[in-house]
Amino acid sequence: MRIVVAKPGLDGHDRGAKVIARALRDGGNEVIYTGLRRTPEEIVRIVNDEDADALGLSTLSGAHDVLIPRVSAILRQEGLNHVVVFAGGIIPPDDREALYDEGIRAIFGPGSTTIEILNFLEVVGDRKKENKPVGIGEKSGWYWNE
Amino acid sequence: MKNQVGIGMSEADLLLAEARRGNRRSLAKLLTYLEEGGASPLDNNTGKSLGITGPPGVGKSSLIGKLIDEWISRGESVAVLAVDPSSPLSGGALLGDRMRMVNADSSELVFVRSLATRNHPGGLMNCLTPMIDVLSECGWDNIVIETVGAGQSEIRVVAFADVIILVDGPDRGDIIQAEKSGIIEMADLIVINKSDLKNSQNAADSIRSALSLNNEHPNVLLASAHKGDGISEIIDELDLLKSSPNRNRMRIRERLISAWDSVLLSSNSLEEVISDIEVGKISLSQAVEMIRKS
Repeated sequence: MRIVVAKPGLDGHDRGAKVIARALRDGGNEVIYTGLRRTPEEIVRIVNDEDADALGLSTLSGAHDVLIPRVSAILRQEGLNHVVVFAGGIIPPDDREALYDEGIRAIFGPGSTTIEILNFLEVVGDRKKENKPVGIGEKSGWYWNE
Repeated sequence: MKNQVGIGMSEADLLLAEARRGNRRSLAKLLTYLEEGGASPLDNNTGKSLGITGPPGVGKSSLIGKLIDEWISRGESVAVLAVDPSSPLSGGALLGDRMRMVNADSSELVFVRSLATRNHPGGLMNCLTPMIDVLSECGWDNIVIETVGAGQSEIRVVAFADVIILVDGPDRGDIIQAEKSGIIEMADLIVINKSDLKNSQNAADSIRSALSLNNEHPNVLLASAHKGDGISEIIDELDLLKSSPNRNRMRIRERLISAWDSVLLSSNSLEEVISDIEVGKISLSQAVEMIRKS
């Protein structure tokens, strides 16, 4: 899979995102890392130009409830409905339901293992084969919950 | 291998027509199609490209970031194909070049695509030429191939470019490695990056003196991607550069070897021949004969 790992907003730290990028690579994926402080518009541009299958968004700053829906909206607007979006970082449990409704397919907080993320992608691959919705512009409802 | 079966020539033509009209989505999809071994909708091999290579950590991506800014300020568009190695173990790749090209993602005049070398025979080599053709056909003024100049396969990649810039840093001595690998002979221009650091002038001088033994040698320029110094000089120099017939010959040679490799590695009898050598049934030279005949 081709996966963009992005840091939207003004976070100053990206150790977590880099660890995830590395783990995804070791899982056999081609990972494009964007670096810090990207705008939602830039992130969507990167996903498009790289023709990525999935997008991982890492946020620590507390702006997830603004930034993640914004990225999702622009992805849909650009016709990138097939892109699987997942998130990580500091996202409190109370905020998660809204993001799942938005079409985010997984949220990995502190304590998540890299194996878990690879398992998620495997399930995503299976669902794609079965034509079940996984993309940001496809019917929401299913999300990773194990 | 999505799209491999469903997408015929006509769909590639369709994507090209859309991409030509400036549709970035179609361009991105067409590049994926070519990367996965799809047949090129063009057969002209006329695209011209600039290869930028050098040891890891000398600032190639940062320098390209600055070159992009300069091209944009001159009203020219840029497409970058940033090549990074795939892991031989997992087949995965970490493509981080674009994090150094900070302004690349906000201008319509820039298109950056990261490419993993992947480990299938001749893979990237076979798709680079059509990618360059497509980008050129779609009107991108400057097409840049970036690769780490650290191994034979990377040299093959850069050998596909029409003009080659070799980048080095001060204080590294890596240029000696570049010399060993033969890449220095193909360079049309050498840039010492990080000219804001001490010793960069020394590095430039020692390279110039090493090169002066040859009759015909590339210019050595100093630049700093960090400070933005020397960037417009590089672009001015590029406009003046004419590839020497000598280096052109060398490049054709590399391309031929790469095409040859790809024929060898995709030969049906390869596995059989390897097994035969393994058990001592045939010698190496007999094996070569067998593959040439097959």
